[in-house]
Amino acid sequence: MALKIVKGSIDRMFDKNLQDLVRGIRNHKEDEAKYISTCIDEIKQELKQDNIAVKANAVCKLTYLQMLGYDVSWAAFNIVEVMSSSKFTFKRIGYLAASQCFHEGTDVIMLTTNQIRKDLSSPNQYDTGVALTGLSCFVTPDLARDLANDIMTLMSHTKPYIRKKAVLIMYKVFLKYPESLRPAFPRLKEKLEDPDPGVQSAAVNVICELARRNPKNYLSLAPLFFKLMTSSTNNWVLIKIIKLFGALTPLEPRLGKKLIEPLTNLIHSTSAMSLLYECVNTVIAVLISLSSGMPNHSASIQLCVQKLRILIEDSDQNCEPSVNACMKYLGLLAMSKILKTHPKSVQSHKDLILQCLDDKDESIRLRALDLLYGMVSKKNLMEIVKKLMLHVDKAEGTTYRDELLTKIIDICSQSNYQYITNFEWYISILVELTRLEGTRHGHLIASQMLDVAIRVKAIRGFAVAQMATLLDNAHLLTGNTQRNGICEVLYAAAWICGEFSEHLEDPKQTLEAMLRPKVATLPGHIQAVYVQNAAKLFATVLRSQESTPDTTAAQETSQLMIDRLPLFVQSANLEVQERASCILQLVKYIQKLQQKEVEVAEEVTALFAGELNPVAPKAQKKVPIPDGLDLDAWINEPPSESESEDEKPKAVFAKEEPKHTRSRHSEVDEKELARRREARKQEQANNPFYIKASPSSQKVYQDTPGVEHIPVVQIDLSVPLKVPGMPLSDQYLKMEEDRRQKEKDEKKKKEKKRKREKRARGRHVDSGPESEEDITPAHHVDIVTEEMPENALPSDEDEKDPNDPHKALDIDLDNLVSGVGTRPLTDSEKLPTRTHRSADVLKSPGGDGDGVSITGEPKKKTRKEKKEKKKAKDKERMRSAEDKKTKKKHKHDPEEEEANIHEVVTLVKADETQSTEPLPPSVSAGASDLDFWLTSDAAPSGIQEAVAATNTEMPTDADLGEVKDMEPEEMKSKHKKKKLKKEKEEMEKKKKKKRHHHHRSDRGEAESVQNGTMEEDDEEPLPPMSNYCLLAENAYVKMVYDIQGNLQDGSQVVVSIIFQNMSSSFLKSMEFNVLDSLNSKLQRPEGATPHDGLTVPFQLPPGVSNEARFVFSVQSIVMPQKLKGTLTFIVKSDDSSTHEKLDFKLHFTCTSYLITTPCYSDAYAKLLESGELKSSSLKLEGVTMPFHHLLARICFHHHFSVVERIDSCASMYSRSIQGHHVCLLVKTAAETVSIDAKCDELMLLENVLEEIKQTFSQS
Amino acid sequence: MIKAILIFNNHGKPRLIRFYQYFAEDMQQQIIRETFHLVSKRDDNVCNFLEGGSLIGGSDYKLIYRHYATLYFVFCVDSSESELGILDLIQVFVETLDKCFENVCELDLIFHMDKVHYILQEVVMGGMVLETNMNEIVAQVEMQNRMEKSEGGLSAAPARAVSAVKNMNLPEIPRNINIGDINIKVPSLSPF
Repeated sequence: MALKIVKGSIDRMFDKNLQDLVRGIRNHKEDEAKYISTCIDEIKQELKQDNIAVKANAVCKLTYLQMLGYDVSWAAFNIVEVMSSSKFTFKRIGYLAASQCFHEGTDVIMLTTNQIRKDLSSPNQYDTGVALTGLSCFVTPDLARDLANDIMTLMSHTKPYIRKKAVLIMYKVFLKYPESLRPAFPRLKEKLEDPDPGVQSAAVNVICELARRNPKNYLSLAPLFFKLMTSSTNNWVLIKIIKLFGALTPLEPRLGKKLIEPLTNLIHSTSAMSLLYECVNTVIAVLISLSSGMPNHSASIQLCVQKLRILIEDSDQNCEPSVNACMKYLGLLAMSKILKTHPKSVQSHKDLILQCLDDKDESIRLRALDLLYGMVSKKNLMEIVKKLMLHVDKAEGTTYRDELLTKIIDICSQSNYQYITNFEWYISILVELTRLEGTRHGHLIASQMLDVAIRVKAIRGFAVAQMATLLDNAHLLTGNTQRNGICEVLYAAAWICGEFSEHLEDPKQTLEAMLRPKVATLPGHIQAVYVQNAAKLFATVLRSQESTPDTTAAQETSQLMIDRLPLFVQSANLEVQERASCILQLVKYIQKLQQKEVEVAEEVTALFAGELNPVAPKAQKKVPIPDGLDLDAWINEPPSESESEDEKPKAVFAKEEPKHTRSRHSEVDEKELARRREARKQEQANNPFYIKASPSSQKVYQDTPGVEHIPVVQIDLSVPLKVPGMPLSDQYLKMEEDRRQKEKDEKKKKEKKRKREKRARGRHVDSGPESEEDITPAHHVDIVTEEMPENALPSDEDEKDPNDPHKALDIDLDNLVSGVGTRPLTDSEKLPTRTHRSADVLKSPGGDGDGVSITGEPKKKTRKEKKEKKKAKDKERMRSAEDKKTKKKHKHDPEEEEANIHEVVTLVKADETQSTEPLPPSVSAGASDLDFWLTSDAAPSGIQEAVAATNTEMPTDADLGEVKDMEPEEMKSKHKKKKLKKEKEEMEKKKKKKRHHHHRSDRGEAESVQNGTMEEDDEEPLPPMSNYCLLAENAYVKMVYDIQGNLQDGSQVVVSIIFQNMSSSFLKSMEFNVLDSLNSKLQRPEGATPHDGLTVPFQLPPGVSNEARFVFSVQSIVMPQKLKGTLTFIVKSDDSSTHEKLDFKLHFTCTSYLITTPCYSDAYAKLLESGELKSSSLKLEGVTMPFHHLLARICFHHHFSVVERIDSCASMYSRSIQGHHVCLLVKTAAETVSIDAKCDELMLLENVLEEIKQTFSQS
Repeated sequence: MIKAILIFNNHGKPRLIRFYQYFAEDMQQQIIRETFHLVSKRDDNVCNFLEGGSLIGGSDYKLIYRHYATLYFVFCVDSSESELGILDLIQVFVETLDKCFENVCELDLIFHMDKVHYILQEVVMGGMVLETNMNEIVAQVEMQNRMEKSEGGLSAAPARAVSAVKNMNLPEIPRNINIGDINIKVPSLSPF
């Protein structure tokens, strides 16, 4: 035997390990595939051996080969073998391989269930961890169902390492086995307040992931998340929560209102860009959800925009350029969100956005373009487009240039050309854009030209002139004949010249241009337009020539047509051919007539008479369905099933139609019909989309107040019409500026005269160019709007993807009680008790705390109600089963651990007396909790009160008993406790009676405690509070600061200082230095001496403020301390720069060493009973503020949290960075507040009390 | 959710792939190629994220990457993740590698793909972020390495000796991925 082992290990010497394999592959670059195939053969041999080490080694190599793209699923069984090795080393290799190549289709997975279960319950936490990690990658619905219970048990494991993994994997389990969500949810929620930050973070991750898909089911968790948001220091957790809130606010605008303040605080205080960005994003989401009628949030918007500006323009030297680019990109992205609701605030940063167009990064430029789209106004359109045109010239790469082109057109044409004041300018821009080589958007430009020329009547003359020049120079454009190439514009040019040929200066020349032989190289559809419009032009030319006495000119023109058209008759394109031959015959006939000296021009023109009106796309679709017509309703009775398919149609028409028409006709008499007809005519007359039957439709236009009456601007021909492609638009820009200036002057002159009526329609409307709406268009424009029928249906909303696994997780979690009986996973259903959980909300450290504060009485009650609610009872049993099982798993040997859950459950089921939990209160509790929380307007501490308020009266009193009992230390026996509790209860009752008269508001609160809801105005809103206090200020700079303990490091505090530039100069090279004391030292980078200052990592433009953080290390925290320091900086104004300095004293209060830590009331009780704490007390006289304000202040300024609050008594808790417990019992009676306090460090306690005293003496 | 984590070098050679959604091997290779194609043509001073390739989710997913010397670290994530947060996470991951391997370089990743996986498993699990605190990650990795050592490891001593012999003719490849001054490169996630 021993010999065999030795032999095995000698064999192994010659096995390749992973490193050898890698090396081998690298040395066989030429014949890699061949080498690998020999390796795979070796691996197959190794896998056949008995030695598990050899197998593990082989599997490890397979994992590598899998990465290179080799299918290794053939070794799945060997992987399972290695997974089941008892050695961690091999197990880990096995699970890794499995996680890389197992999936739902792997059949050996079903063999793993028991192995995984065994590993999950292994005494070695890393075996469990490895199994959880592996499982997270290949969990299948079967595995999820079979292991859900085991994993749920692990969520309460003693090791945080296991807990966090178990919590996280639950999400995967939910996805594969949605039925597990409801039973597991209470425990998951509990983990949000796990004492270990890692577990907490995992729970937040899972719930955020769940809530993202079905946010409405998680609204009730908002108070809990809110609390986490205000207390957590883990940026990852904060980001997740804040993103979640962004998803929740659209559902509940009241939540948004609550969020604004803490979010703005975070924006001010955080130094992490990622967190800052998510805060800003969520604030934007909130503001969007509140957008109607919330003008008072302009400060928040300003703050966001300001921070985004910093994000966009600041290049942090410490960052790689790409990370700065990321921030820029995201900043622009967020800006565009603000733009939608608050365009004004973004528009002021136009300079910055334009600057981004120069960025090296294309995605940033595209973002900036998107933003510009929303930023244009009548005032700045020309300027912005000019900038864009410059970029078009500079742009490298056709994609970006094309993007620019489409954006320019988008920007100009948006909202029906709303911002264009001068269409000549726009036509020139379009003509300039035709110069772009290789663009794919010829079609787009063409359709714009057509659209403008057709719809803006006043511009036709100018447009036609431009188009004629384009046609004349068509050779410049024909280089690119591919589809959608720039030659597409010729399509528009030809049509415009033909249709509006009456505007042409020299139609003959244009006609010739259109009939050049070169045209035959154009795409067919363009040639077709050429031919057709040549005919139109021909008509115009004939007309002008016939009016002159010389008839030869007209005949020459006909001859020209007859000469050139055959070219098109030969075209390969059918349509060209057809049109050309048709027109050719026509012209030949005309020529005949001309030779007989018959005047034909009139008749030829008649061929093309009449106006073509634009019809909006989808106009037909938008026609409203008349009242009383239901298109989906059966016109006749649905055919009975016995009828055969073929017969159906016949039956429908034969039987039903007459009946239908009869019924409709009977309702409408002749008069009504006539009236309707009249109305329809009227409507048609006014509807520009309606194509009129006769050419006389022109009249309609004249009736309406419109273009005809408007003096059309004379084209200023001092601006020479250059060859297409010469930038004309610039001149227009200048002209426009002049025009506006002129108008401005005129306005000033004529201000008093007030002759509005006369000028109302003309160019010279008196208006101030200052305000956007007043800018008059240079042309009065008859822009047809796309008509939407009044009762047009909204477009269909996108259906959810039916395959989305998250659909199955859309489970209402608020009322976990209902419908439980139908769940298949009854063996793992556990009893959710709302009373419990809402009580739990207050607690955090000190473990489970389940049912500790609930004594015999609720138990009795439970029993009674059990009879009535059998379902609930079942669930309760399951819970106890669960509990018992948990205990078992920790105690018993592996064999028993593997025992089937069902057995355990049935075992426990018999033992009904086990259950001690109270019954869940009404189903609606969840909703009312939330309502209550949302309506109460209090600061963070308010939430705790709110949650506390949902406790039923009984346990609250019990807890109060505990809290109050803490001072007399002999209160350890239960009897005495109970007795005392009774006394307390009586006292409470008396107190309440008394207060009934004096403290109306408090009484109201007490009542609402029972109801579970509270009126909004019962509690006065808290005044805003800030922890920042003044550090120093002078004429240049103002510094405010706040000190916060660092949870991770007991010897560090972080000082956040906001520097605000108070001057009109630029502040730079700021250096921050303090004189260290023995106890407190500023943390400087390595190598710096204690006298070196720290550079403040930013510069301050005038009026701007920014925040920097400095870390200090402290040794003893029991005493407050002051450190002297100096800020030096350079003030740079236009002409000078001076060195300045500002001295300050940093005050480290003892409070600043405290960290807000939540505490379970039972843990709190134990702490006080331990007898290790020293006590002190404080009395404050003349405190008039409401009690909840008082508490909120203590919480806020001194970093305490409320453990329990009953009426005018509250217990509070905090912890120092070095782990000192600080407990307060605050009582108030008639303007006197007494605070009894305990702490393990007397000095610290007294100092904290002193500081609390100061807080209240100041106010 | 993170859909995939890919590490490949400047030539597109995969150094670690970790998909949190099943793709067949040939599809995985295509995704790597496509991702490499998308990422490698980008300048070092342009934005670190882009829309996901067509093979891996398209526009619903984002590729967030960082480029360290010879290696690209690419995370493919959906909209629930914060872009800057993931950038910081990549930094945490790379710094952790740096700690665990002592001046990590591409060679470490080449020869110890399994170890890199084990480290990654302590950072991301099943597509969700497990831990962001570097000290905690390193501590857990070290604990597990210690366990492995106590079990004698995968390859016993003689095999090591053999591999040392095999090693002799290996061309020298420059070490050092050059993570540069890692500190404060990212606008820090200090308490992570």
